[in-house]
Amino acid sequence: MKHIQLLLIRTVLAMVLTFVSGMALADSIRLATTTSTYNSGLLDYLLGHYTKVSETEVQVISVGTGKALRMGENGDVDLVMTHAPDAEGRFITAGFGIEPHRVMYNDFVLVGPKEDAAQVSQAHTVTEGLSLIMASNQRFISRGDDSGTHKKELQLWQSLGALPAFKGYLESGRGMGHSLQMASEMGAYTMTDRGTWLALKDKLELLLVLEGDPRLLNPYQIILVNPDRHPHVNINSSRKFSQWLISSNGQDIIGKFRINGEVLFVPSAKQLIP
Amino acid sequence: MNDLWTTFSTATAHLLSGDPELWGIVGVSFSVSASALLIALLPALSAGFMLAYFRFPGRWIAISVLNSLLAVPTVVVGLVLYMLLSRAGPLGDLNLLFTRPAMIIGQILLCFPLLVAMSLSAFQAADHRVLETAKTLGANPWQAFITLLFEVRFALLAAVVTAFGRIIAEVGSAMMVGGNILHHTRNITTAIALETGKGEFVQGVALGIVLLVMALILNVSLGWMQSHSRVLRHGT
Repeated sequence: MKHIQLLLIRTVLAMVLTFVSGMALADSIRLATTTSTYNSGLLDYLLGHYTKVSETEVQVISVGTGKALRMGENGDVDLVMTHAPDAEGRFITAGFGIEPHRVMYNDFVLVGPKEDAAQVSQAHTVTEGLSLIMASNQRFISRGDDSGTHKKELQLWQSLGALPAFKGYLESGRGMGHSLQMASEMGAYTMTDRGTWLALKDKLELLLVLEGDPRLLNPYQIILVNPDRHPHVNINSSRKFSQWLISSNGQDIIGKFRINGEVLFVPSAKQLIP
Repeated sequence: MNDLWTTFSTATAHLLSGDPELWGIVGVSFSVSASALLIALLPALSAGFMLAYFRFPGRWIAISVLNSLLAVPTVVVGLVLYMLLSRAGPLGDLNLLFTRPAMIIGQILLCFPLLVAMSLSAFQAADHRVLETAKTLGANPWQAFITLLFEVRFALLAAVVTAFGRIIAEVGSAMMVGGNILHHTRNITTAIALETGKGEFVQGVALGIVLLVMALILNVSLGWMQSHSRVLRHGT
C-alpha cells in the first residue's frame, strides 16, 4: 500500500512538473480571434509561415468577436484580431487596446436554399434582400452570439427600420460553421463571411444568393492588449507578430491564401477601405 | 455530406494511420482526465469514508449538498472556474487560464462529488463487522480505512470508472477554461466541437470512436473483474 501511495504521489508530481516546465520554457503569445479566420484555415496557414521567421509560439483561441474583445479587456490574451469596427473602436477608446492595424478584409454574403423561395437573388442591395426574406417569412438563421457577423447582421436589420421579429427568424447561438450547417439542414437563409462560406460550401445544400453590396465589407483589425492595464501581457512578442502581419511579407502571404483556387482575404494594411 | 458508413470507415482508417495531431489530442484528453482523477481520488475516498463512519452535526446537510453538486452542468463549473482564473478574477495572478492545469482543476471539481457520493454508498453497504474486526485486532483508523478500501474495492473501481467516464467525456468546462488551443488544451471533446463546426465530420467521428472504444474497454474489464471475483467467492 505504501508503494502504491508513493507511486501515486510521484505520478501526480511528475505530471504537474511537466506542465509547468512546458509552459515556462517557450516564448508564446495568446491570440483571441474569430471563428471566421480560424475555421477557414487562414490562421493555421499564417502561423505555418510565422514559425519560419519567429521562435514565438502563437496560441490561438477562436471565439466570437464579442468574447474575444472581452478576453482582451480582462487581460486573458495578449492580442486580438476581430471584425467589428464599432466594438473595436469602443475597446480602444476605453483604453483596453492599443496600436490597432487594419490587416485584411473579406466580405459578407447572403446564402440560402437552392430554390431561393424569397427570390433574394433578384435583389440589388442587401437590405432589399433581407426585406424579401422577412416579407415572405422564410427561415433565417442568425448567429445570435454577439460575434462580428452577428453585430453586422443586426446593423443591417436596424437600417431596415426595425429589429427582425418574424416567425422564421431563428438564433443559433453558435459559430459560423455550425450556423451554416443548420441553415443547410433547415433550408434557411443566413449571412456569412465569404471565408467560411468558401471553406464549407461543398458540404452544404446552399447557394450564394447575394453579394457585392459595399455595406457587406468585413474589415479585420489586429489590436494589442494595453500593457498599462495588464502589465503581464507579452507586449514585445505580440507587437512583433502584429508588425509581421502588416509587413509586406505578411500581407503577401495573406493575399496568397486560397481555398479551391479562390481568394478569401484581401490584404489591406496599406490601403484604405471605403 | 458523405453517407454515414463512408464517414465511419474513413475515420477508422484515419485513426489507424497514426496521425500525430489526432493522437496528440487523444493524449491531452487522457493526461488531463487521469491527472484529475489521481489528484481527486484519495481526498474523495477519505471524505466518503468519513461521511459513512462518523456522525457529526450537519452531516445530512453535507450529503445533500454533495448530491446536488452531482447535478451541476459542466459549463457552469467551467464558467465559475473561468471567472476565478481570469486575469480580472481573484486567482488571475496564478496565470492558469487556458492551460492544462486549469482543465485538470475543472475536472477535479467535476469528479470529486461523484467519487465521494459513490464511495459513500460503497462504504455504507460494506459489512460493519469488517471495521470492528480490524479495530479489535488493533488496527489504527488509517489501517482500518485501508482494510475497508480493499473490502469494497469493486464498488470503488466502479466509482473510478464512472468518474473517469464523466470527466473524459465532458466538453463544457474543458472548452471554457482550456480554450481549445492546438497542441496545448485541445482534447477529444473540444476538438469534436471544433471539427463539426468546420464540417469535418470524419475527424469528429474518429475522435468519437476513441472515446467509445475506451469506454468499452474500461467497462468490459470492470465487468470481467466483478464476475471473476464472484465466481471465486462462490467456488470456495
